[in-house]
Amino acid sequence: MREQPDGPRRLPPGVLTPYLLALPAVAYLAVFVLYPMLQAVRLGVTDAQGAWTLEHVRRMVADLHFWPAVRYTLWITALAVPLQLALALCIALLVNTRFPGHTVFLYVCAIPLAVSDLAAGLIWLSLLTERGYLNAVLVQWGVLRIPFNFLSYEHPAWLVGAIVTTEVWRATAIVMVVLVAGLQLVPRDYLETAAVFGASRWQTLRHVLLPLLRPSLQTALIIRTVLALQLFATVVTLSGRLVPVLAGETYFWYSLYRNPHVASAYATLVLLLSALFTWVYLRTLRPEWEGA
Amino acid sequence: MTLRRLAVYAAALLLSAWVLVPILLIALAATTPREHLYRWPRPLLPERLSLETLAFFVRQEAVLAALGNSLGVAGLTIALATLLGAPAGYALARHRFRGREALQLGILATKMFPATVLAVPLAVAFLRWGLYDTLLGVALVHTALSVPFVTLIIASVFRGVPAELEEAAMSLGASRVAAFVRVTLPMALPGLAAAAIFTFILSWNEVFAATLLTVDHRTLPALLVHSVVAEGAPLHYRYAGGLFLVVPALVIIFVIRRYLLTLWGVTVR
Repeated sequence: MREQPDGPRRLPPGVLTPYLLALPAVAYLAVFVLYPMLQAVRLGVTDAQGAWTLEHVRRMVADLHFWPAVRYTLWITALAVPLQLALALCIALLVNTRFPGHTVFLYVCAIPLAVSDLAAGLIWLSLLTERGYLNAVLVQWGVLRIPFNFLSYEHPAWLVGAIVTTEVWRATAIVMVVLVAGLQLVPRDYLETAAVFGASRWQTLRHVLLPLLRPSLQTALIIRTVLALQLFATVVTLSGRLVPVLAGETYFWYSLYRNPHVASAYATLVLLLSALFTWVYLRTLRPEWEGA
Repeated sequence: MTLRRLAVYAAALLLSAWVLVPILLIALAATTPREHLYRWPRPLLPERLSLETLAFFVRQEAVLAALGNSLGVAGLTIALATLLGAPAGYALARHRFRGREALQLGILATKMFPATVLAVPLAVAFLRWGLYDTLLGVALVHTALSVPFVTLIIASVFRGVPAELEEAAMSLGASRVAAFVRVTLPMALPGLAAAAIFTFILSWNEVFAATLLTVDHRTLPALLVHSVVAEGAPLHYRYAGGLFLVVPALVIIFVIRRYLLTLWGVTVR
C-alpha cells in the first residue's frame, strides 16, 4: 500500500515509513551487537592506553590451557555435530512416515529446545557422576563391580564422551526442526515417482530426499557449528576446567583473572572460527540451483 | 502389524526414552532425600520421595533473589525486544522498500554473533556506563540477542494477517494507524504472545552473558554457574538447581506445543 506521489519534488508520503519502523531495531543492534563486536577485536589488540600491541594474543597462545582449549573445542564440535545431524535425520524421517502418534513423538523430541546448556549439564551430571544413575544401574546389573568415575581427569576421553553425549541430547532438537521443515517442502509426487520407478527406500533417501534436503542440511550445519564453538555451561558443569574450551577460557580470563584483554582475544578467536566455518560451509555445500 | 510398523514404533519409543529419561531422572534426583543420594550401594529407586532438597534450595536468600532477578530480566527483555522488533517486523512484512533485502540479511547475520563474543566488551563498556551488575544491563544484552529472532517471528506473524483486511478498513475511512490497531493487531496478538514466550525462554536460559555481567545481582543460571565453579556446590544443590531451571521452560513449551515447530522453524530459516 503506497500512496501516489503528489509532486515530483516532494517525497511521496509513506515512503519513509518502513525506514522509520526499522530504525530503532537497526540502531539498537548497531550499538549492542556491531559496536561490541568491533570492541572485542580492539580490546584484544590494544593495551590499557589504547596503543596497538600483540601482547594479549601472545599471552593467550602461551597459556597452558590455550592449545587444549582449541583442541577440545574442535574435537567436541567434530564429534557432536555429525551425531546430531544423523540422529536428527532419523527423527525427521520417522516423523515423515506419519505413523499414528507422530505428533506426540515430534513434541517429545522438541522438548530439549527449551532446556539450557546449563540445565542439560546438570541433568547429565545426575546420570554420570560417580554415584549417579548410570553407575547405580551398571553395578546393579553386574556390569561393573565398583562405580566408575566417568568425569575424572584420569579419563579425558570419557569426559569428552560425556560432554558430547550431553550436547547431542540437548541440541539435536534444533537440527531436527530444520530438517522436519525441510522435509515438509519435498513434494509428495517426487517420492511417488521414485516409488513408481521401483526405487527402494534407501535409493529414494539417497538420491531424492538427501539432495533436496541440502539447503536445510547446510543451515543446520552452520547453526550447530557456530553454537558448538560457544560451548560453555555443559562443559563447566560436567568437567569444571578439566576440559578447557574457548568460551570457558573467555569466562575464566574475565571473571577469575580480571583480564578483559586476553578474554577479548579468546572471544575474537571464537568469532573468527565461526566466520571461517560458515564461509567453508557456504562454499562447499552450495546448492546446484537456488532453491527454497 | 507389519514388521516395518513395529520397527518404526520401536525406534520412536527408543528415541522418546532417550529424551525423557534424563529429565525424569533429574526430577527424581531433586526429590530424593539427601542422605539417599550419597549412599552406596545406591538403590535404583529411593524408598521415599521428599521435597526437602527443593525446599532447602529455594529457602536460600541468594536463590530467591536470583529467581526474582531472572524474572525481572526476562520481563525487561520481552518489553524491549517487542518494542524494537515489532515495528521492524511489520516493515519487513508489509512494505516493499529499497534495502529490504539488506535489512533482512543484516538481521540474519546478527543472529550469528554469539553472547560469547558480545559479553566481554559489553562488560567493559557497562563498567563505564554504570550498567555493570544491573538487571537492566543483562536485559540489554538479552535484548540484543533476541531482537533478530523477535523481528523474524513477528514479520512472519504479520505476513499471516491478510493485508486486504487492513486495506478494506482504510477504504472505509480508517486511518493507517487505526486500521493497524483495530484490525491487524488483534489478529496478530497470539503470534506476538508466541514471540514473547520465545524471548522469555531465550532470556531465562541464557548463561554466558549473565554470568559475566553480574556479581551481586546474578540471574538463576549465573548463580548456579558461580556456585558450581567457584564454590563447588554439593550435588543435591546442583540437582535442585537443574530442576528449577528446566521446569518453567517445560511448562511453557507444553502450553505452546502446537506452535513449537513454527516458532523455532521461523528462527532457523
